[in-house]
Amino acid sequence: MKHLLTAKQLTRDEAELILDLTGQMAEAVTGREVPKLPTLRGRTVVNLFYEDSTRTRTSFETAAKRLSADVVNFAAKTSSINKGESLKDTALTLQAMGPEAVVIRHPSSGAPQRLTQWVDGAVLNAGDGTHAHPTQALLDAYTMRRRLGGIEGRTVAIVGDILHSRVARSNVWLLSELGARVRLVAPPTLLPADIGTWPVEISYDLDASLRDADAVMMLRVQRERMNDAFFPTANEYARLYGLDERRLGLMPEHAIVMHPGPMNRGMEIAARVADSPRATITEQVANGVWVRMAVLYLLLTNGDAR
Amino acid sequence: MARPARSAPSGDPDRPPEGKQILSPDDIGRVLDRIAHQILEKTKGAPDTILLGIPTRGVALAGRLAERIRRFADVDVPAGTLDITLYRDDLRRRALRPLGPTDLPPSGVDDQRVVLVDDVLYSGRTVRAALNALYDLGRPAQVQLAILVDRGHRELPIRADYVGKNIPTSRSENVAVHLTEYDGSDAVILTGDEGR
Amino acid sequence: MKRSEHPRRTLIKGADIVGRGRADILVDEGRVAEIGAPSRTGADVVDADGLVLLPGLVDLHTHLREPGREDAETVLTGTRAAAKGGYTAVCAMANSDPVADTAGVVEQVAALGRAAGFADVQPIGAVSVGLAGERLAEIGAMAHSAAKVRMFSDDGHCVADPRLMRRALEYVKTFDGLIAQHAEEPRLTEGAQMNEGAVSAELGLPGWPAVAEEAIIARDVLLAEYVGARIHFCHISTARSVEIIREAKARGVSVTAEVCPHHLLLTDERVHTYDPVYKVNPPLRSRSDVEALRAALAEGVVDVVATDHAPHAPQDKDCEWSAARPGMLGLETALSITVAALGGSDGVDWDLVAERTSRTPARIAALTAHGRDPEPGLEANFTLVDPSRTWTVVPSELASLSQNTPYAGMELPVTIQATFLRGRATVLDGVLAETAEETQ
Repeated sequence: MKHLLTAKQLTRDEAELILDLTGQMAEAVTGREVPKLPTLRGRTVVNLFYEDSTRTRTSFETAAKRLSADVVNFAAKTSSINKGESLKDTALTLQAMGPEAVVIRHPSSGAPQRLTQWVDGAVLNAGDGTHAHPTQALLDAYTMRRRLGGIEGRTVAIVGDILHSRVARSNVWLLSELGARVRLVAPPTLLPADIGTWPVEISYDLDASLRDADAVMMLRVQRERMNDAFFPTANEYARLYGLDERRLGLMPEHAIVMHPGPMNRGMEIAARVADSPRATITEQVANGVWVRMAVLYLLLTNGDAR
Repeated sequence: MARPARSAPSGDPDRPPEGKQILSPDDIGRVLDRIAHQILEKTKGAPDTILLGIPTRGVALAGRLAERIRRFADVDVPAGTLDITLYRDDLRRRALRPLGPTDLPPSGVDDQRVVLVDDVLYSGRTVRAALNALYDLGRPAQVQLAILVDRGHRELPIRADYVGKNIPTSRSENVAVHLTEYDGSDAVILTGDEGR
Repeated sequence: MKRSEHPRRTLIKGADIVGRGRADILVDEGRVAEIGAPSRTGADVVDADGLVLLPGLVDLHTHLREPGREDAETVLTGTRAAAKGGYTAVCAMANSDPVADTAGVVEQVAALGRAAGFADVQPIGAVSVGLAGERLAEIGAMAHSAAKVRMFSDDGHCVADPRLMRRALEYVKTFDGLIAQHAEEPRLTEGAQMNEGAVSAELGLPGWPAVAEEAIIARDVLLAEYVGARIHFCHISTARSVEIIREAKARGVSVTAEVCPHHLLLTDERVHTYDPVYKVNPPLRSRSDVEALRAALAEGVVDVVATDHAPHAPQDKDCEWSAARPGMLGLETALSITVAALGGSDGVDWDLVAERTSRTPARIAALTAHGRDPEPGLEANFTLVDPSRTWTVVPSELASLSQNTPYAGMELPVTIQATFLRGRATVLDGVLAETAEETQ
């Protein structure tokens, strides 16, 4: 594996290897005197972020630094990106620095795949448009593995704005590859057209979807979507598709509540649900660092890297 | 990308090993007896001492030494595992290596006498990585090295405190350590140099 | 074959003339002088043994990019590409900069075409001022200008306002004009990046639903029928569009439609690469759409193949998908792909090819000197095709100034051996003339 562009590209063996490595990374660093490994010393990882995302950038940066890599941040606000330089020209500029890996977040679906043609190093997709966010799906899978003891045979409901969600598009493929039963729950306006071939069940009814769910993953829904007639009002959306305490009560005792963040409290998730012990939201953030360490390790030590 | 096999076993248990047998199963038993005695002697009864095996075969050797020390002196020397993969200096050049667990005894490494245990001492790079890994885990009082086979060709100023057997080799040869825990039987085999 | 400096008489020997059979053609002073077995006295001889002679191809839909984007194509480079592809006439779309919405611009484009001399350039006028879809452009002035514009199109944009569309359809009746509609309901395609379907769902690219095309086609056949006007649909791309047009034709509506070569060959599966060379508007559709369009072309529900030749400068394609401009080159590959779509070089009906790529488009665009099977006295506008020779598309070897062909590396059937524009070879032995004479 030279790049990590999508969750769909991962075979079950590859995904499980990454999840195993994730656990080993967590063990290798947790509770140590020096929470840092020399593994990637002398390597350069560039964070190329075309969207503001402090949390994802920080997570990648922490992961790279824990492995002793040098990190260069190319953020939209502090570089020439704002001056209208093309992705290609930026890539060629980066290439001159010779990074072993480029972590890219970009509003245009497919931008990381394009980038692979212009840089020699490994390309890690940190979220592209509404396409993919593979490390998010991996950290979600890792969280489920830890909380539910496994993924095979578990039922996962992904709820909300599937249409605009790269998180959903990555989780659908990864979780089903790992043997989960995946159910998408959303109003028809927020489901992509023509997903008959996806390995998912589809439901418009959240209540009915919760009773047998081992995990429910709530997606962020932008209030502004109502201006494009995806739903009538934020209130109606919250009433029909928001996870509140009553609905939490419909779920099995062991079931967990996940959210990739950032949350709209009161919209897709009630504040009390978000803060309940069954919510794994902060755990997901912590696991994100381990997953990204595992992926960086995998991509930069596989003999393909220069 | 294929899932890498955990450190490839050095022999096929179903097939008699080719090459020259350097140590028989009985030899290995005797050598480990001796090392266990030497540890007890050199450490004056092994107080505050732990054994850390370096995966893969060092782990089994550490376990066997701990068992012998208990048997010989009724001293409980805990054995653990120290994975050094993330500290290797050849990650850039080698195919992906799986990580192994690092299991420390409850005492940790702080202020302990740590005896690192490995099967073969060659360039010394593995021991270098182990020392670095060890010092990221804490601050041992003393570090020693126990090795089943020293085949020479050191590339670093590293020397073992306990050596099972010195085997002069050429670089083109390969020393394969077989242990019952992984390979079905015990043996140390020298292979590879056609001229021998 | 030898190219003389100033050919007056050319004898094309042994070509298989579509619609007639094997015969020699003597060309004199730009016109067909004799067909059969004319004497070769004083004539340059072109050995056309084994070649098929088609009336010169006519493209209803070409973007020549001049004026405005001469870094992507010029009238000269675009018409050289046309000649290379076997075309003797192209209709230049109005979305230049400035937009061809006045007599001045269309006359400039026509003049550039005459100066280039590689193909006749018939400007298409804009329907609305600045393609903005609000006020009618000076349609009458363009029609009565030296450019004699008969086709009007806001191509690149749909004439979405039904009232404006109705008025345009009615207005052009005064000079038997024609509105060529780019059928795309804009509210259904806001932000659209590719065909809406399974692939867009997976790739996370906003979808361009087929219904956005079909809804406008359905509306506009009804409008055309209601006001009794002719209407032409640009680049139809879906199976349902074919059905709507078939039904309208059966009712007697005066409707014609074109299909682009890329919609006859490529599908949205190509977008998996995220390579913007496959970005085009309307987008590449599904396999079943491709099949339906091929069948409709063979049957005649779709009247013509038009290239939608859309050159783009490197920076407009060498970028991420959503930043790229839509469009692909077409002129030099159109005939090969048409042949492939109509059964391949072995099984193709050459008369049907002539109908779809030459005679019918010439009739729709009212280009009376083009699209005519050779007869004594007619202008000598033909194309010689080698039906048995395949070729491989190499972007850097194309005559177009741009290289955004989606067929790079593909081996395509049939090659253009020669193109004659008023008796003069713009292409001979597959090689472009160095310069062409200013025409007319």
